[in-house]
Amino acid sequence: MNKDKAPRIRSDIGVYENPESTVKLGTDIEAKIGLQLRAMYSQVLSQGIPDRFAKILDRLDETASDQAEAARMTDNEVSNGPIH
Amino acid sequence: MAPSTKSVRAAMLAAVPSLRAFAISLCRNVDRADDLVQEALLRGWAHLDSFEPGTNMSAWLFTILRNVFRSEYRRRWREVEDADGFYSESLTSLPGQTSHLEMDEFRKALMLLPPDQRESLVLVGASGFSYDETAQICGCAVGTIKSRVNRARRRLAEILSIESVDDFGPDRETRAVISSAVGGSRES
Repeated sequence: MNKDKAPRIRSDIGVYENPESTVKLGTDIEAKIGLQLRAMYSQVLSQGIPDRFAKILDRLDETASDQAEAARMTDNEVSNGPIH
Repeated sequence: MAPSTKSVRAAMLAAVPSLRAFAISLCRNVDRADDLVQEALLRGWAHLDSFEPGTNMSAWLFTILRNVFRSEYRRRWREVEDADGFYSESLTSLPGQTSHLEMDEFRKALMLLPPDQRESLVLVGASGFSYDETAQICGCAVGTIKSRVNRARRRLAEILSIESVDDFGPDRETRAVISSAVGGSRES
């Protein structure tokens, strides 16, 4: 960075361009970064849940239900105990 | 007692949008991010016995997703780094939010951070996890997370301030034109 330059402030995010490269983190820049992060994130969140994930979980759920059903039947045959 | 599969299904489904957002911030490509989320869900389901009922299902899945990424995707991701303009094509700005160009600059700056710093900043600053939860997800001390987040913020501030100096590359208008040509920005 050019040492002759006086520190300049980028007004929109409040960043100090310090020739010594010690950026002062004011509440402005922290708030700005937080805002940008959440905006970036919310773009993805706003897309909701793509179908493929509901389908995958449906399939897993069905498989698990079938297995549980099979296990229950086996239990009954062996112990004739109460169904859990 | 293990939670019912119906409630597990609902909790996992509810975590998907946030998992995707985190995955995209890790691997920078929507398609690969979705594969990452899918793998995390499958592994989570297969290892439900290691989930403690009553604890945060979302944080648990984030941990799994992060482990999948670190073990499988990182090398591949490095190989294809900067290969495509994935983001601007698949995601558009929401009205009333930060401008497309500004967001684009921020994303690029974020991707310049070391992965450890980036994930900590995203988990704390966007995913809404506490420092404690983030430390658990990343498998390290809370102090380490705090230090990573601070360094990430400082580095971001530096990058973004350098970006604003015209001497350091194309001026703002030129970059706007480039960004518009590449990413289809609708900004005037």
